Amino acid sequence: MDNTFLQTFKIQGGNIYNAGKASTEIKAILKQLGINAKIVRRVAIASYEAEMNVVMYAKQATLKFEVSPSQISITVEDEGPGIPDVGLAMQEGYSTATPEMREMGFGAGMGLPNIKKNSDYLKIESILGKGTKVTITLNVN
Amino acid sequence: MMLLSSISEILQCELFSGKEQFNLPIEFGCASDLMSDVLAFSQSGALLLTGLVNIQTIQTAHIAEINAVIFVRGKKPDSKMIALATEKKIPLLGTRFSMYEACGILYKTGLVPTMECLKCEGDNG
Repeated sequence: MDNTFLQTFKIQGGNIYNAGKASTEIKAILKQLGINAKIVRRVAIASYEAEMNVVMYAKQATLKFEVSPSQISITVEDEGPGIPDVGLAMQEGYSTATPEMREMGFGAGMGLPNIKKNSDYLKIESILGKGTKVTITLNVN
Repeated sequence: MMLLSSISEILQCELFSGKEQFNLPIEFGCASDLMSDVLAFSQSGALLLTGLVNIQTIQTAHIAEINAVIFVRGKKPDSKMIALATEKKIPLLGTRFSMYEACGILYKTGLVPTMECLKCEGDNG
């Protein structure tokens, strides 16, 4: 693959039933591009967790998906409450999830740690009352 | 390794979808109601036993590359879940056994676990 592939997805907050559609599409695209299966799974998991965070906490978000010959990156920029303490949110088990989120099998404080585990580079920028930008990068090789 | 059909027989399962994949080889088993744990600790190709019956169970199974899902305690998926699982080619089954019983039976039969958190921590991925 010589060129950079770029696609943008809109994610609506609130509707937990629709969560995962962008990640499913991303997974299919990466498979089509012939990316290594282990990397595809890691990207899909990181992207899905990021998508779930938007659906659970934010109003809406834009997910920018980019594939270059050396890197895959996912940037999720949301309009939401922001994260008061990113360090705390990165701790496994720390959660501010509602009972509804927990009923869906999420909100156990594993989202951000899971994203970190499945990425080579993770950057979280958050402004309280405005939103959060999560940048996930994986090396292709 | 076990065939899904053998697992289905042992757990006296009802098949909801995926008849075409009934002879799928299953290498590992995992069990959880927490989808984030499935995403964090399962392996590609695993069988998932769960008591969580909603659309995110199927989405998670697809993202985490779970080969088949068995719902425990007689729980049944709805038509939307069955449609998505059929589209993603993920067989859905149900057993009347509890999570504890179903896991115990499969473990005793020799199905290898995937969710060994302490072991896989640090080298998973």
